[in-house]
Amino acid sequence: MNSPVKPGRVLVLLVLCLLVFISGYYAFQTAFDREEGIKRGLDIAGGLYVLMETVETGDRDVDEDAVERAIEIIRNRVDELGVAEPIIAAQGDDRIRIELPDLEDVEQARDIIGRTALLQFIGPDGEVIVTGANLDNARAERAPEFSPYPYVSIEFDDVGARLFAEATAEFIGQPISIVLDDEVISEPIVQNVIPDGSGTITGTFDFEEAAELALLLRSGALPVELRELESRLIGPTLGQRTEEIAVYAAGIGLGLVLLFMIIIYRVAGVIAGVALVFYMSLVLWALTYLPTTLTLPGIAGLILSIGMAVDANVIIFERIKDELRSGRTPRSAMEGGFRRAFRAILDANVTTLIVTIVLFTLADGPVRGFAVTLFIGIICSMFTAIVLTRILMRLTFRAGLIRSGAYVGVRG
Amino acid sequence: MINFIGNRRKAYLLSGILVIACLLSLIIFGLNLGIDFTGGTVLHMTIGEEFTTEQIQEVIAPYEELEGAAIQVVHGRDLSGEVVDEGVVIKAPYIEEDRRDQILASFMERWPSIDHADLRIESVGAVIGGELTRQAILSLVVAIIMMIGYITYRFEFKFALATITALLHNIIIVVGIFSILQMEINVPFVAAILTVFGYSVNDTIVIIDRIRENIKHKKISEYPEVVNESINQNLVRSINTSVTTLFVLTALLLGFHFFIGSLDLIVFVAALIMGVFVGTYSSIFVASPLWLNLQDLGAGRKSRTAA
Repeated sequence: MNSPVKPGRVLVLLVLCLLVFISGYYAFQTAFDREEGIKRGLDIAGGLYVLMETVETGDRDVDEDAVERAIEIIRNRVDELGVAEPIIAAQGDDRIRIELPDLEDVEQARDIIGRTALLQFIGPDGEVIVTGANLDNARAERAPEFSPYPYVSIEFDDVGARLFAEATAEFIGQPISIVLDDEVISEPIVQNVIPDGSGTITGTFDFEEAAELALLLRSGALPVELRELESRLIGPTLGQRTEEIAVYAAGIGLGLVLLFMIIIYRVAGVIAGVALVFYMSLVLWALTYLPTTLTLPGIAGLILSIGMAVDANVIIFERIKDELRSGRTPRSAMEGGFRRAFRAILDANVTTLIVTIVLFTLADGPVRGFAVTLFIGIICSMFTAIVLTRILMRLTFRAGLIRSGAYVGVRG
Repeated sequence: MINFIGNRRKAYLLSGILVIACLLSLIIFGLNLGIDFTGGTVLHMTIGEEFTTEQIQEVIAPYEELEGAAIQVVHGRDLSGEVVDEGVVIKAPYIEEDRRDQILASFMERWPSIDHADLRIESVGAVIGGELTRQAILSLVVAIIMMIGYITYRFEFKFALATITALLHNIIIVVGIFSILQMEINVPFVAAILTVFGYSVNDTIVIIDRIRENIKHKKISEYPEVVNESINQNLVRSINTSVTTLFVLTALLLGFHFFIGSLDLIVFVAALIMGVFVGTYSSIFVASPLWLNLQDLGAGRKSRTAA
């Protein structure tokens, strides 16, 4: 029983632990980097989330094509504003989800993403002359000397130019209404025939509004009307503070867990601590490099998986203690304990994995976020408990650092 | 050794009373559903200077849709305990986008110190909330069916039945307590319930694994003793695991309570804490004894058919 401590093996063990801690340190550093790290959901990092429903208008049905087209147009608009990393995607058959993480652009973005922006030139007879669909370009221009108002200059394509030329010839001296989404923005009197397809839209707007109008006209009108179903605007400061507190609290909590494990399980508790650090770094690496987004429900999944990771170690150690109490040698107790614990850990984890897969398949949004992190957490926790804890326990035993039950907290 | 099996009737009585009380509360009082479920608009603004509820009321007076809106003052603190966020949360039925902008503009005019980066405006249409609940319930039902399949395959059907009963028992109690306390629940609560679900499953399966191992080569008449022994063997693990999980959760609860003051987050962690207690209790006092009763039931029927 009294095999001496073997320095060579102790060294291997120490190097292994050191590697785990280095990996943990870098995983933590990388994961919490704002730019490169874990992609945080809007509920944590702040930003704008809008869920829109496409609504049938008189002349256009809502179908896949219309939704696709609407998404493309919204993307054009958002891209022109230069919003960083926008997500614009279809959800279900008739919905569009928009996520804009960078709040600085959000307010302007919010104004323009849902606008139909259907531009119509309507003659005095009430007939539509030409629409925004025939526009080639639109630009905001500074206010000319004779007017306090900036304006938008437009250029029609060939078809538009012909229609516009015909109409200006026909209605000379009469007003033409320029209507945007059923709102008359200007009613100029036709002074002369405009043959080249260029024109201006004047109105009582400031330069920003003119720029917005020009952008809307350039990106085109949405084929269908959009109605807001859900909108969440979350300031980044609020989320950042929550994250900071959560990280500190979780750190203190985990520290207490480690302390508890070492008091109860002695040498094995230290091993559990190293395993837990390794588990945390695996999860952080996975969350950083897999295409996942961490949301608040995701954090719930993580907490559960931390609990399950600690549980796996507790199950193993309790089994080993049982074996020791029944009079086995430390070495056979360790192998027997692992074997028996393995089945319990496997069944408990697989059952929970089934739950995560069902949730991931059937739900979206917050429930899905929960399922993803829990799935990652369980895989990492199983790997850590079954592979790393075992390797460390064997090494510790062979290095002569566990010589009797007392080393893993068996009393008497 | 503690005699869990001998005293199981007491546990059944306690669980029965709790479940009935929770169900009654759910039927009579229901849950205090937040905007994530009912639809509505929440405005959370950090004012940046001292203010009174009366001043808030003055600002919102011109807006009909804010008549009767709930106004709540919140304090966020930084890590040194300094109040950094003197804010107000206004909850109202769903408000259209244009009007939201106008309301915000009115506040900005009154308090130019309001910071754009420290703002939360959430608006949920009524359709969405219903969908979330339906989706969560549907996926849980499917998950339960799949779990019954897996546990029946790896263990046996009666273990599956006992596990699922304990699971439903836990969820009814946690949701029921929120009904009794009438604390407002939102999306994070759904995540918490899913977590309680996962924790309970994990906790129970490890115990029934012990029973499965111990009943090999044992007669049915010896089962009560074996089950009791299995629970006792697993007791230290049950306690240690729940204690360690509670360390993390308590730290989070205190952190969120003192530094953020956000009710949603507090509800979230509180539900998790309740889940750990109920989950640990039910694995010991409900799931395993119940399996024994199911065995008796089956044995009773068999002996009757034999007679």
